[in-house]
Amino acid sequence: MSGHSTYQPQNKVMQWLETRLPIGGLIHSSFVAYPTPRNLNYWWTFGGILSFMLGVQIITGIVLAMHYTAHVDLAFRSVEMIMRDVNYGWLLRYVHATGASMFFLAVYIHMFRGIYYGSYKAPREVLWILGVIIYLLMMATGFMGYVLVWGQMSFWAATVITNLFSALPGIGEAIVTWLWGGYAVGNPTLNRFFSLHYLLPFVIAGVVVLHVWALHVAGQNNPTGIEPKSDKDTVPFTPYATAKDSFAIAVFCILFAWFVFYIPGYLGHADNYIPANPAVTPAEIVPEWYYLPFYAILRSIPNKLLGVLALFSSIGILAFLPWLDTSRVRSARYRPLFKQFFWLWVIACIGLGYLGSKPPEGAYVLISRIFTAYYFGFFIIILPLLGIFEKTKPLPNSISDSVLKAKA
Amino acid sequence: MTMTRNLIALSLAAGVALAALPAAAQQAESPAPPKLSWSFSGPFGMYDQAQLQRGFKIYREVCSNCHSMDFLSFRNLADPGGPGFSEAQAAAIAAEYKIKDVDDKGQPIERAGRPADYFPAPFPNAAAAAAANGVAPPDMSTLAKARTYSRGFPWFIFDMFTQYQEQGPDYIHGILTGYEDPPKDFKLPEGGHYNKYFPGHNIAMPQPLQDGQVTYDDGSPQTLAQYSKDVAAFLMWAAEPKLEQRHRIGFQVMIFLIVLSGLLYFTKKKVWHEVEAPREAAHGQDPAKTTL
Repeated sequence: MSGHSTYQPQNKVMQWLETRLPIGGLIHSSFVAYPTPRNLNYWWTFGGILSFMLGVQIITGIVLAMHYTAHVDLAFRSVEMIMRDVNYGWLLRYVHATGASMFFLAVYIHMFRGIYYGSYKAPREVLWILGVIIYLLMMATGFMGYVLVWGQMSFWAATVITNLFSALPGIGEAIVTWLWGGYAVGNPTLNRFFSLHYLLPFVIAGVVVLHVWALHVAGQNNPTGIEPKSDKDTVPFTPYATAKDSFAIAVFCILFAWFVFYIPGYLGHADNYIPANPAVTPAEIVPEWYYLPFYAILRSIPNKLLGVLALFSSIGILAFLPWLDTSRVRSARYRPLFKQFFWLWVIACIGLGYLGSKPPEGAYVLISRIFTAYYFGFFIIILPLLGIFEKTKPLPNSISDSVLKAKA
Repeated sequence: MTMTRNLIALSLAAGVALAALPAAAQQAESPAPPKLSWSFSGPFGMYDQAQLQRGFKIYREVCSNCHSMDFLSFRNLADPGGPGFSEAQAAAIAAEYKIKDVDDKGQPIERAGRPADYFPAPFPNAAAAAAANGVAPPDMSTLAKARTYSRGFPWFIFDMFTQYQEQGPDYIHGILTGYEDPPKDFKLPEGGHYNKYFPGHNIAMPQPLQDGQVTYDDGSPQTLAQYSKDVAAFLMWAAEPKLEQRHRIGFQVMIFLIVLSGLLYFTKKKVWHEVEAPREAAHGQDPAKTTL
């Protein structure tokens, strides 16, 4: 689908360069001539939004790192000095901290969209798995970034999450000591988290390049889930997708700015404005909102080892999605039953998110267990069976057919 | 259609079940402190300079006897968006403090404070603070952002739209006005004090403010309610000194983004016009039989 390059540079310098390094042609075929299905809706703009957010996080992060000090005695103070004494430091920090939340919000919408329209199915399995890898890297990066603030919630989140590995039989304790670089979360832990928090975004950027490459080989999926058959089904990336993505990014920035300028504290936890104190455990230890569904899954299982395994499986299972879903029809638009189970699954994910913020007691635990069972049941029971039993609706002949029918 | 209706019914039931949960869990917790109206709330909120100056007076005469405020220096008192002291006033306030330093020969001395000095802590270290007070009193630099109370479902969702960001000052005001005699069935541990709004009700800090305790020069009422509000506002400024700049820039950014989005929307419309409404269709032809 990436096709041959039709790039013909007019400029002499560019012609000279093109015969030696055809980078102009690469950019032209990837971001100008690249054919995109003409029926993409606004849910398809989140790829562009995510690239934009990665850029925002890397740029603000590099500047913040110039002012941050990764030491247990100085980290909290250095963050506060960024807020108070660095010119526009408060802006950099609020953009970076809120940006992490916006990044996750966008990635969740991107993932839900991928699942709804069956974007993981052949020939896009590798594209999907690369996406799961990016998501895993994002989770690790976000977690370590949260620890750098070195507030109470940073410290105790680091303690709880690293301690998860101690559930592994035999080697667990040794792994935790190795992760900490000591016998408790301390200065070596903070330092290595800073180092990795700076490294991983560039790893993410690298995998994003592979993700986009795989996308441009297989071509974009679209709301009908059928492949483009002729030129009538597609439009060139520029100006069509660029114009649409730019508009979507600007609207997304309005939401982003709302949080940054008006409710910067909304997405954080008040306890993280208390400096880390290993001697005082907070009343409740809660991760950032974007990890809450997984935290609820962890706590819904009474056995620690099984809970940790469930936590990791809940993310790992996503990588197997292309083979768990046996249906040959991609888009939920033509899968009446799948559509309902999908929305129930979204409700289970959001419900788990809410329950993850609640203490693990009474009815909360019971409902967490029901949602956890549904979360896994959706993947390992419902999806394989649906492909066999579901009666799908007839597919349109082509993308342009479906577009014209919708207009008629 | 039935299926869709079933789905909606199911999600509603799930929502109601989730919403009903906290009601049962919250009974044991403290009541929510009253929501006050603050000059700095909302998108155009700014600090009330007179209020911050009164709050600073309370901090200085009462709070600072036990609480440190490590991240603030005297020069901050003259910063824009703050209590509005002049640089000379900030320097004069600094000069009233004794700061530990070393002289040219490396000998420890005490000298008068300068604007660049940070507010000195009342105790040399956390252990000394804890020994004198039972529990070390928390530092006040970030206190207004480090304290909150549970808003619960569905209020925490509405807060996103109403921009409610003043849980901290509301809670601090609540604590300062929340001292009362314990109920008969409440067993107050030795050295504790009963406070309506403190989680668990047993607070180590004795009631710090009483009516008439601090003299105001601007004629404001010298009542506990007024003191509590003023010092809570001051602590909010101490924790978030760039709030005014944030609100000001935020408004400019919002205007810019809304205009930009509008322009990009019409750009997109123009670019996509041929695709969304092919001119063949307008001329009554079948677009499927022509090329774009």
